Amino acid sequence: MSALLETRKVGKSFGVLRALQDVSMAVHEDELVSVVGPNGAGKTTLVNLLTGLLEPSSGEVLFMGETIAGVGPVGLADRGLARAFQLIQIFPKLTVKETIAAAVISRRGERWRLFSRLTANDAVDARVLEVAEIFGLTTRLEHIGGTLSQGEKKLLDVASAFALDPRVILLDEPTSGVSTGEKHGIMKTLIAAAKRTGVKGIVLVEHDMDLVAAYSSRIIALSEGRVLADLPTDRFFADPHLIETVIGKRRGN
Amino acid sequence: MSRSANALAALCGIVALAILPRVAPAYYVGLMIPFYGYAVALLGFNLLFGYAGLLSFGHAMFLGVGAYGAAIMSSRLGVRSFELTLVAVMAASALIALPIGALCVRYIGIFFGMLTLAFGMLFHSFLFKFYYLTGGDSGMRVARMTILGLDFARYNKIEFLAGPFYYYCLGLLVVAGLAMWRIVHSPFGLHLRALRDNPRKAEYLGVHVHHFRLAAFVISSALGAAGGAILGFRVGLADPELVYWTQSGQLVFMAVLGGFSNFFGPIIGALTFTLLQDQLQSLTEYWRFVLGAILALIVIGFPEGIAGLAGELARRRTRSAT
Repeated sequence: MSALLETRKVGKSFGVLRALQDVSMAVHEDELVSVVGPNGAGKTTLVNLLTGLLEPSSGEVLFMGETIAGVGPVGLADRGLARAFQLIQIFPKLTVKETIAAAVISRRGERWRLFSRLTANDAVDARVLEVAEIFGLTTRLEHIGGTLSQGEKKLLDVASAFALDPRVILLDEPTSGVSTGEKHGIMKTLIAAAKRTGVKGIVLVEHDMDLVAAYSSRIIALSEGRVLADLPTDRFFADPHLIETVIGKRRGN
Repeated sequence: MSRSANALAALCGIVALAILPRVAPAYYVGLMIPFYGYAVALLGFNLLFGYAGLLSFGHAMFLGVGAYGAAIMSSRLGVRSFELTLVAVMAASALIALPIGALCVRYIGIFFGMLTLAFGMLFHSFLFKFYYLTGGDSGMRVARMTILGLDFARYNKIEFLAGPFYYYCLGLLVVAGLAMWRIVHSPFGLHLRALRDNPRKAEYLGVHVHHFRLAAFVISSALGAAGGAILGFRVGLADPELVYWTQSGQLVFMAVLGGFSNFFGPIIGALTFTLLQDQLQSLTEYWRFVLGAILALIVIGFPEGIAGLAGELARRRTRSAT
């Protein structure tokens, strides 16, 4: 089975700093792959390469078998690769409905309609309602993005990414800035949403090892710019040595 | 405000403007022509400022394209139709805006403002120095033209401006307003507001940020030229002062005064500014001082401008009524 998203011997240097070296990884259909590693291991660089924001210094990044080196965010959205950021990214002055509609319209290729009425498109409305329902935002449709709670903002951010009907979605610490109590709720919503919207693969970048353990099908551990391990979740957590390297001193036990 | 409330407000405004020539002295009716010119230009200006979040300090350049375009069409090429002139200057303005915009929209905030200011000043120098082409400081004459194919020869210029041309401009403002209303409420308008709020997120939703900004820039330049043509036609002259950077500042002032986050704000701003400037100029030679003080007051006290203030009062009334 061919990979949805993969890197082949990818390296990335910034000046003399080698952020990544020889990284080969793949995300297949129906997988949730977590990328873990201590700070400075190269997670962010890898995410930026996977989303076409950076061009690799060496090697290839392929999405559905095509290179996406440096295609940029717009090209990525058109190809079916969506990204949700670590820091919440919403449109503070747009309503929830408008935010999701922006993504839905973009997906339908109707961005450039200059004179057609926004309110007159039933197909867009239906899809907006559907997405809002999946993310539990139905009662918030007319609320302004900036006035939502942190958890709701996060859901809205991710909801607009899902509204693009992506084949792969890349979640960069989706629960950062969210209270501990809300974390599992958000992760469950995300995974359920992925199933309902036909997302084939998820890449999760996460510090919280509880979440990684609970939801990943496979774990890729980075250390100093290299792949330290690429293992199914159970085998990864069976290796105490590995866990210690990845978690570092952040958890004393 | 709901759509019907907006429609009602707009209708009331149109009716008020339509009966004005019957009730107001001719002087004030004549004063309304620049208001229409500025209002049309500001509808475009605010697509860029209020909806795309780009504050241009060089927008008077496009007013100049309109006025000088009208001069060239009417005096040099002998075109008699004002409609033809409007179409021509809007097209010319869009063509000029295309390369300038392509460069400017790569920047936001103060850098966009400074770049547009620079282009505006370049254009002003060009008009000022190329005497042979543009008449330098004495400008170019804008000859009288026909509207809707009628020349209204019985009317002298003042009667013409206060009568047929007044209603003609009202019509133009309504048409421009309807077109802009559709644009800001279209998918295009939604994506403009999205990229104003968060360009990075908008890109990840598949919006070509630069292309959208450029489109807004070009549309706003075309409306600027239409407004400039009205201004030039009224005075009968296209002169470089119309393009000076203080004119661009004046456009910003009007937008802020009326409230740029409201669709009708810029139109209210243009009206208030035109009347205020006229009254203050007749009262005191320090009218600029008073205008400056008012601007400071608005920015500090009512950042949403007159339109925002009116909306707030309306909300309070409905709240206390229920």
